[in-house]
Amino acid sequence: MSVLIFLETTDNQIKKSSLEALVYGRTIASRSGGSVTAVVAGNPSNLSEAASHGASSVMQISDSRFSQNDTQAFAEALSEAANQKSASLIVMAKSVFSDSIVPKLSSIWKAGAATNVVSLPESDANFSVKRSIFTGKAFEAMKLTSERKIVSIKKNAVAVSLAPAAGEVVAFQPSVSSKAFSIRTVSTEKATGEILLSDAEIVVSGGRGLKGPENWGLVTDLAKVLGAATGCSKPVSDLHWRPHHEHVGQTGIKVSPNLYIAIGISGAIQHVAGISSSKVIVAINKDPEAPIFKAATYGIVGDAFDVVPKLTQALRNSL
Amino acid sequence: MNILVCITSVPDTTSKISFSDNDTKFVSAGITFIIGPYDDYALARAVELKEAAGSGNITVFHVGEADSEPVIRKALAIGADDAVRVNSVAKDGYFVADQIAAYAKTKSFDLILMGKESIDFNSGIVHGLVGELLGIPSISPVMKLNINGNEATMEKEIEGGKETLQASLPLVLGCQEPIAEWKIPSMRGIMSARTKPLQVIEPTSFSSGLEFEKYELPTPRTNCKMISDSQVEELVTLLKSEAKVI
Ligand SMILES: Cc1cc2nc3c(=O)[nH]c(=O)nc-3n(C[C@H](O)[C@H](O)[C@H](O)COP(=O)(O)OP(=O)(O)OC[C@H]3O[C@@H](n4cnc5c(N)ncnc54)[C@H](O)[C@@H]3O)c2cc1C
Repeated sequence: MSVLIFLETTDNQIKKSSLEALVYGRTIASRSGGSVTAVVAGNPSNLSEAASHGASSVMQISDSRFSQNDTQAFAEALSEAANQKSASLIVMAKSVFSDSIVPKLSSIWKAGAATNVVSLPESDANFSVKRSIFTGKAFEAMKLTSERKIVSIKKNAVAVSLAPAAGEVVAFQPSVSSKAFSIRTVSTEKATGEILLSDAEIVVSGGRGLKGPENWGLVTDLAKVLGAATGCSKPVSDLHWRPHHEHVGQTGIKVSPNLYIAIGISGAIQHVAGISSSKVIVAINKDPEAPIFKAATYGIVGDAFDVVPKLTQALRNSL
Repeated sequence: MNILVCITSVPDTTSKISFSDNDTKFVSAGITFIIGPYDDYALARAVELKEAAGSGNITVFHVGEADSEPVIRKALAIGADDAVRVNSVAKDGYFVADQIAAYAKTKSFDLILMGKESIDFNSGIVHGLVGELLGIPSISPVMKLNINGNEATMEKEIEGGKETLQASLPLVLGCQEPIAEWKIPSMRGIMSARTKPLQVIEPTSFSSGLEFEKYELPTPRTNCKMISDSQVEELVTLLKSEAKVI
C-alpha cells in the first residue's frame, strides 16, 4: 500500500508528532512494499529528518499562500499529491490544524477517515484500528473498509525510530480551487519558541491550587528544565490566568505525553479524561484525598509552593 | 438571520463509561444525557446573536432516537425556536453530516453551528463534511464569533495561539469555549419549550466506509506510588530509572 504523510511544521520545524505519523505510515507501507511520500509546506530547517525517518520522496510546497494554514487549500493539495503518487492511505498527526483538514480531505479525496487513532492497522486487508473515544475514557476498534483511507493519529501511537530512505525533495505546486484561501486571516497571535501541547513529550500543568497567574513561574520554571509544554485546568483558563490553548481535559486539549505533571489540580473526571493516555502521571497536591492521586503513577502530598521549586532544583542538578 | 445549531446527546461529563454484550454495547442505564458541551457553547452563542440582532430564527437539529427528546427540549428552553430530529441512531460522523446537509439544502441558513467535536465518539469531522457537502466554507475550532451584515469575524484556535479570520456567510462553524457562556434555561424558557415545534423526519439512505467492531476500556493504573514531600530527589530518580521518561 502506498502511503502519503502530511508533515506539519511549527516555528519552521517539522513537528515531532508528524515524524510519528511518518513512522506510522512507513510501517504500513513496508508491509506490502508500497512507496512512502511526505508532503510539507515551506522549508523547515529539519527537512532532512523526513528522509532519515523513511520518506522515499518529499513533495515540497513553496507557494507562499500555504504559510496561511488554510485548511481547504491543504486538503486539496493533499488529495492531489495522493493521486499523483497513487497512494491509498494518507496519515497525519492529530492537531488543532489537521483536525479541520481531515474531514475536508475525506470529502474531496472520497476516503473514509479515522481520527484519534492509537494503533497500527491489523493488516492492509483488515484495516482495523483502535481509536480513543469518550474523551480518553474508552477505545473502540473499527475497520476502515473504503478503498482510500485517512488516519489521524494521537501522540505516542507509535515509537519513533530511524529508517533512512532516499527522501528526494521534489517541488510541488498544487492547483487549488477558488474555494481555497477564501477565508481572510486578519491577524495571528502565536507564541514562538514555545513547546506545543500536541507535540510535547512532557507536559507540566497547573490548577486552581496555584492561587493566581502571578505564581505561574512555578510551572514555567519546571517546564523549562524539563523541556516541557505547559498546560492548565479549565477554571484556570476560564479565569484568564492562562490562555485557552493551554486548557487540558474533556473540553480542552487531550494530551498523551510520556510524562504529565499535575500541580494543584484536584483531578476532576473531566480533567483526568484529557490526560489518561499519558504514560506516566505525577501529581503534586496538598490534599491526600484529591482524586488526582487515583489517576497518578507517582504522587507527592505537599504544598506546591514548597515542593515544586525543590523539584525544579533537583532536576536542574541531575539533568 | 437563520441559524441551524446541530446538537449531540452525550453522557454527562462525570459519567463512568461501561460496555456489555462482549464489549459491543454502551451501557446507558444510569447515565444522564446532556447537550454536548461544545454544542452547548454553539447554541449559547446562537441565542446571543439572535438577541443582539433582534430578529432571526434558531433551529436545533439532532440525529437520534425518541429518547433524546429531553435534550432537544432543553435546547429549545435555552432559546432555540424550533427543532428537527432525524429518527435514527447517529451511526457515525458521515451519517450525521449527510443528514444535516440534506436538511440544510431544503432551507437557507446563514450559519450552521455545532461543537468542534462530540464528547462520545470524538470524530470531529462533521462540520468539515457538512461544509464540503454544501459547498460552503467550514471553520473549526471557533472561539469567538461576531456578525456584521453578511460578514463574520471569528477567532480560531491555532496551535500555541489564535487567529482572527473573516469570511462571508453562509458558514459552517465548529465551536468551543469561550465563544459564549453555557446558558441555564429559565423557568419561562422551560414552559415555552413544551409547545415549540419539534419535527421528526426519517433519515436519508446512506452507506459508510467505517465498520464498528468493539469497545475496550483502558487498563486501570496500578496504585500511585507516594513520595514524601521532603524527598523530591527520589521522584527524580524514579522518573529516570524506573519510568524512564526523563
Ligand atoms: C461539562 C464540563 C466540562 C469540563 N471540562 C473540563 C476540562 O476539560 N478540563 C478541566 O480541567 N476541567 C473541566 N471541567 C471542570 C472540572 O469539573 C473541575 O472543576 C476542574 O478540573 C477543577 O480544576 P482544578 O483542579 O484546577 O481546581 P480545584 O478543583 O479547585 O482544585 C484545586 C486543587 O489544588 C489543590 N491545592 C490547593 N492549594 C494547593 C497548594 N498550595 N499546593 C498544592 N495543591 C494545592 C487542592 O487540594 C485541590 O485539589 C469541566 C466541567 C464540566 C461541568
